This record gives sequence, structure tokens and C-alpha cells, in this order.
Amino acid sequence: MGFWELFIETIPGYKDAIINTINITLLGLLIGLGIGLFFAFLKVSKLKVLNIIADMYIYLVRGTPLIVQIFILYFGLVQFVDLGRLLSGGIALGIHNGAYIAEIFRGSIQSIDRGQTEAARSLGMTSTMSMRRIVLPQALRRAIPPLGNQFIIALKDSSLVAFIGFQDLFNRAQRIQSSTGMAMESYIIVGIYYLILVLILTFIVNRIERALSKSERGVDHE
Amino acid sequence: MSKQQPAIEVKSLNKYFGKLHVLKDIDMTINENEVVVLIGASGSGKSTLLRCLNFLEMKNGGEIIIEGENIDPKKDNLNTVRQRIGMVFQHFNLFPHKTVIGNVIEALIHVKKMNKEEAVTIGMEYLEKVGLAEKAKVYPRTLSGGQKQRVAIARALAMEPDMMLFDEPTSGLDPELVGEVLEVMKNLAKEGMTMVVVTHEMGFAREVADRVVYMDQGVIIEEGAPDVIFEQAAEERTQEFLSRVL
Repeated sequence: MGFWELFIETIPGYKDAIINTINITLLGLLIGLGIGLFFAFLKVSKLKVLNIIADMYIYLVRGTPLIVQIFILYFGLVQFVDLGRLLSGGIALGIHNGAYIAEIFRGSIQSIDRGQTEAARSLGMTSTMSMRRIVLPQALRRAIPPLGNQFIIALKDSSLVAFIGFQDLFNRAQRIQSSTGMAMESYIIVGIYYLILVLILTFIVNRIERALSKSERGVDHE
Repeated sequence: MSKQQPAIEVKSLNKYFGKLHVLKDIDMTINENEVVVLIGASGSGKSTLLRCLNFLEMKNGGEIIIEGENIDPKKDNLNTVRQRIGMVFQHFNLFPHKTVIGNVIEALIHVKKMNKEEAVTIGMEYLEKVGLAEKAKVYPRTLSGGQKQRVAIARALAMEPDMMLFDEPTSGLDPELVGEVLEVMKNLAKEGMTMVVVTHEMGFAREVADRVVYMDQGVIIEEGAPDVIFEQAAEERTQEFLSRVL
């Protein structure tokens, strides 16, 4: 059996694997965005205690391998509560990506000129309102390119959940390799699947970026 | 409000940036309907003084009394105080993600809690006033500097403040665009708006100001009617400064 035969023959089996990879990545990113925004707020806060809490979180997450985090959330946690592979893996990915996303949001919030907040405050807006209505919408827009980059990293990193037995793309490739013995072909095929998913993700991120940057370019769309 | 009550009273105001003493025991009174222009070299503290008046900078000592109310930033609601004090910035600080009218109605809707139609009606009135009603639906990015600053003035005026602060409103503009902004400010002064203006435009100070205040190194050196300050300043430092800028 050659490369193309293996590729075509394994397509049906990959369908669920693709969906599982997409699901766990989306779950991880959703959790990661929430965690990221939360810790970004702690980091831009004027309260030193909150800065330190955020720094500690980011240090803990960035200072340990993702695979260790996944194993803690699955094999470690299963002694107390079994969340299942999808949820455990998704939360682990969320916690992991949350630290990086926090830094992205922090950077984009701090990149917004102080004058924006000052103008909002001078009009009588509260600090929360200035953040929510003036700073955040601009910051989120600026965060899209680095976020897109992080989304791609998250998608590829999700392959590590194969090691807790989650039936994702990489898990599938390992099974195909062990049943056929065609290691080179199996892993090139799964590589192609990741490339296609990254291509789609890049396309979506670019579309979002373009749609959101309309007003910055001064286009009137009211 | 009684006519005698000053719009703003500053008593022995002190301000530090770290160890730098930028405002030293400033005493100043701004009367209702008065146009006061602050002049002085950069670093003299005039912008900082202006920014203390609406608490964008917090004083380190002294009193700031707005319309008879001695404001304590720790106790008083600064958001309601700021609603009475419009501010215009050197760099306009328009909200780039909102259209021109969106900029003007933002605080009307979210601070004054007006409904949208009401806010748009008022917003358009003020855009009309600065001559930019036809630009209502475009984004600030497409405007010239002079137009941006006029929108910023309309945005502040739409809140119907009792007084206006201008922080070097024309310093960020190309020379040919300065006139249109000054024109709007002159009209505002004619209507009796209480104004405190930090500017390097001596022509404007001369023509429009009721009183000119000269500051140097965090201290008010001299103040008086424009004629007096420009023609016969008493202090040597004032004369020196004016000979450099005029």
C-alpha cells in the first residue's frame, strides 16, 4: 500500500478525529479567552496584589510543560473527580493558553493611548465604563493578529491530549501507524490535516481582522 | 448660582511628580463667564494646573473649589464633577472606533442616560455649531486635525458643561488649521462660556482673554488684563518670556 492509498483509506476514520480536535481546541480557546481577559485585568489593575496574583499564574503556567498540565488535569484529577478526557484536556488547554492570552490582552490594553481614557473620564464616564466602551473595543481589535497566532499554536498543541487517550487527530495517526507500520506516511498524513485546519483558521482570523479594522481605515458603514 | 460665586477657586494647590515639585502653592480664581489664558514656557506647570482642575491629575495639597463646592477626590463623585467641566486636549483624543456623531453622543447616552434620538438631536446641534454636521457619519480618521479638534469641542460642549478647559488645543495642528479652531473658541467666549485655556497663541490671548496668567516653574508670576501683561508686564521674567514668543 502506498501513501495515497493509505490517505484515501483513512479518510472516514479521520472524520471524528477532526471534529474532536476542533472541539477540544475551541473549548480550550473559549476557556483561555475568559481566563486571559480576567488575568489581563488583574495585570493592568492599579492594585499591586492583583498584579502579583496574575504574575504568579502566568509564571506557573508558562514555567511548566503543557503535557504536565494535561496529565495533572486528567490523571491527577481523576483520583478525585473524573471530568472525562474532553473536559480535562479542554480545561488544561484553556489554563495553558489563558496565560499567553492574558499577556496578549494586557499588551493590547496598554497600547491604547492614555488620552482615550482621559477623554472618556473628562466626559464623566466611570473608569469601568471607559474601559468597557472606549479602551476594550480598541484593544480587542489590536489583539486579533497576536490572538490568531495563539489560536494556531493552541490548535497544534491540542495534539498533546492524544496522550491521555483523547481520540484527536494525532491519536488517530498513532493508531494508524501501529496497525499499518507505515510511520512516515501516517505522520505526514496527519501533518496535512493540521495544515488544512491552520489554513482555515488563518482565513477566519483574517476575515475577522478585516471586518473589524474598517472604522480604523475610516470607512463609513452606517 | 449667585453671580459672585467663582466658577473655580484654587487655594495653595501643590502637585508633585515623584520628587519634582511642579505646582507650588498656586492660588487662582476663575470667575463665571471669564476667559482666562494660561501662558508660560513648556514645563512651567500650566498644563498640569489645568489637568488638576478636573482631577485628571490629583492634587497633593491645597483646595480646588468648583462652583462653591470644595471637592474632595476621596469622598466626592468626580464623575459628576467632571460632567460640569468640559475638556479639550492637544491630541484631540477622539474615539477612533466611533463615528463623529458616535463620539459626540457617547457620553450623552452612557453618562446622561439619554435615549439615542434625543442624544443625536443634541449632538447634531453641536456639530452644526462647529460647522461639521455633514461629517456626522464618518470616522475621525478621515478628518483633518482642525476638524478633529472641532469635533472634540462639540463632544465636550454636548454635555452642556458650565465651563471648558482647553489644553493647548492648537499645538497639534498644522498652522493653516489653527484659525478654524480658534474661531470656534472665540465664538464660545462671546457666548459667555467660562474658559480656561492653555495656549501658545498669543494673538488669541490678546484678543479673547479677559485675563492672562503667566506661569514659570510651577508658580504664577503675574496675571492681569491682556493689555497690561503684553504691554507693560511688571515682572522681568514675564517680559523676557514675552519677548521670546512675540
